[in-house]
Amino acid sequence: MLKIVVCVKAVPDPKLACDLKIDPVTKTLLRCDVPMVLNSLDKHALEAALQIKAENGAYICVLSMGPPEAGSIVKECMALGADKGILLSDPCFGGADAYATAYTLATGVQKIGDVDAVLCGMASSDGATEWVGPEMAVMLGMPVVTRVREIIVGNDESWEVKSALENGYRRMRVRLPALLTVTRDLNAPRALSFSGIIKARKKVITQWRLDDLGVSAETVGIKGSPTIVTEMCAVDNARRVTFLEGTREEKAEQLLQKLIEGGLL
Amino acid sequence: MNHDNNPIWVIADQENCKLLPVTPQLVGQARLLADVLATSVEVVLLGEGIDTHTEKIFAAGADRIYVGDHPDLAMYHPEVYTDVIVKLTLEHHPQIMLMGSTSMGRELAPLVAARLETGLTAHCIDLRINQKGILEQKIPAYGGEITIVCPERRPQMATVAQGVFPSPSPEGGRGGEIVSIQGPFLPSDRIQTLELVMEEPDGIPLDTASCVIAGGAGAGDLQGWNQIVELAAILNAGLGCTRPAVDEGWAELDTMIGQSGKMVNPETYLGIGLSGEQQHMVGVTGANVMIAINSDKKSPVFEQVDVGIVDDCRDFVPVLLEKIRKYKEQQTSCQ
Ligand SMILES: Cc1cc2nc3c(=O)[nH]c(=O)nc-3n(C[C@H](O)[C@H](O)[C@H](O)COP(=O)(O)OP(=O)(O)OC[C@H]3O[C@@H](n4cnc5c(N)ncnc54)[C@H](O)[C@@H]3O)c2cc1C
Ligand SMILES: Cc1cc2nc3c(=O)[nH]c(=O)nc-3n(C[C@H](O)[C@H](O)[C@H](O)COP(=O)(O)OP(=O)(O)OC[C@H]3O[C@@H](n4cnc5c(N)ncnc54)[C@H](O)[C@@H]3O)c2cc1C
Repeated sequence: MLKIVVCVKAVPDPKLACDLKIDPVTKTLLRCDVPMVLNSLDKHALEAALQIKAENGAYICVLSMGPPEAGSIVKECMALGADKGILLSDPCFGGADAYATAYTLATGVQKIGDVDAVLCGMASSDGATEWVGPEMAVMLGMPVVTRVREIIVGNDESWEVKSALENGYRRMRVRLPALLTVTRDLNAPRALSFSGIIKARKKVITQWRLDDLGVSAETVGIKGSPTIVTEMCAVDNARRVTFLEGTREEKAEQLLQKLIEGGLL
Repeated sequence: MNHDNNPIWVIADQENCKLLPVTPQLVGQARLLADVLATSVEVVLLGEGIDTHTEKIFAAGADRIYVGDHPDLAMYHPEVYTDVIVKLTLEHHPQIMLMGSTSMGRELAPLVAARLETGLTAHCIDLRINQKGILEQKIPAYGGEITIVCPERRPQMATVAQGVFPSPSPEGGRGGEIVSIQGPFLPSDRIQTLELVMEEPDGIPLDTASCVIAGGAGAGDLQGWNQIVELAAILNAGLGCTRPAVDEGWAELDTMIGQSGKMVNPETYLGIGLSGEQQHMVGVTGANVMIAINSDKKSPVFEQVDVGIVDDCRDFVPVLLEKIRKYKEQQTSCQ
């Protein structure tokens, strides 16, 4: 049976993310007061795994690196139908850039062992680098296809997928084990069901710390990160605004005149 | 190793034998950085039948081009391209490597960075050399700008979207050295491209539109969004959006404007139901007139525009549409 790992990230709720500020001392995110949610694209990655499981049978393992609170999103994935949930959590893992994140997750995938496919979102909603998937693939020695918008599962040896390009797509065949990063066009994620939540209550999350991964503290978190954030500054793109006044009709009339002056009509 | 004099590299980006504008833009910026560091600019150009591009790349400021012109390199292949670039890098040790945030660059850059075990900064909006000779990579975040550096590992890698840096005015007669990259190239059958399908983009292309309308979360639902679509159509404007519009499924990712999307430089920009978040606004440069429609008078978007309309866009846009239609009818009946 296929063993699929889905990487899921806990991100600050995008609806409240504008409240986020950088910690001027540690230069990492101060995110304590914004609730963490499952990264939106990762729902599509999980949905893809669940559909493969329904059609062909698969064992789905959800993997996340994050603070202990990130356990809630792992639990959510188990309620949606994942068979196992693993949280990589250790104070050493904090402050990781994309490289160190990819390394830590790759070590987790290796510890899980005998993995046929790793699914990631194309991007997170907070860092949004798109690096974690491809970098992990290199570290795991797997081929990668990014921006997958359709998975046509073939046999246990290779899959056919469509990878989105600007104004088009590539249809590709990739040999397993492989890593895919997915876009929201791939599927429509299912909603949490009540019975799923009840069942997930009994499931336990496996937590792995630095020692469990058997890697040195120098290779993870802020210490293992090639990049660092050095400064933050405010930006001034201020313009002096003139508000159009009057009734809705009057405002629309004034805007129409502006558009005509601008040569748009 | 002392990296101070090592070159700055740009990985060229071409599609169907056409050089993408981001390449000369990056070469132009690399030239400025190289002059600060007193080093050279080198470009890696891979493909087939691409030697016609070298002139343009030299004119943009390159000193040397590594050309891999070969049937095996004709189409971008993640593993083959990564392998070529990694091998060249290990031979020549560039201190900086820049790529476009294009379909290719967004996948290739992390593959190369991971192989070279170095850092990579995503979607930069500015690049500078600091007093220590290190590349400062600026990205917008949290209402401001943050600086990312890669202090120790090399090369220092970054991706930049098309349109962030200006297209340099070509320096005619500028030449340089061409070094041809010899095969054999990595045979890779783990990934195969079976088919490349191009789809017709709908609407006015954003990059060249003289008026750009961007819609945001304030559209509320698909119906509200469709009013904005209609407005863009009637004004012959390019239609862009913010992240939430993509998340809601109203708009395609390709039309997102901002740091991780498209850069636009229209004459007129009209933002509807969006908050003026930095990550979006950095995508709009050089507009003569910026206009915003937002129901919240205190929205930060109003600090960044010339003309503000405080109103519910779901009520306002239909009224505006009606007025535009009437005006257009009058125009045609006058003729
Ligand atoms: C504004 C901002 C800008 C940043 N810029 C950079 C930069 O330029 N370079 C850099 O190296 N770092 C950068 N970082 C840090 C980076 O975001 C974090 O290192 C993060 O841990 C991983 O990168 P990402 O969120 O960009 O992931 P992406 O690569 O965008 O995420 C893609 C997918 O990878 C998986 N994934 C990512 N993180 C995890 C996780 N913790 N657990 C499980 N799965 C995961 C998910 O499937 C996700 O959908 C930035 C952070 C911020 C907040
Ligand atoms: C690393 C990173 C990269 C990013 N890259 C991009 C990017 O490239 N492009 C991008 O767009 N975003 C990007 N984002 C997301 C960005 O930070 C914002 O979340 C996003 O731009 C906000 O979109 P919005 O203004 O539509 O929504 P909101 O911020 O939710 O604003 C909605 C606005 O609409 C107004 N409104 C509500 N209802 C109405 C109504 N009926 N009529 C009129 N007005 C109304 C509200 O007052 C509010 O001001 C990125 C984020 C990160 C972390």
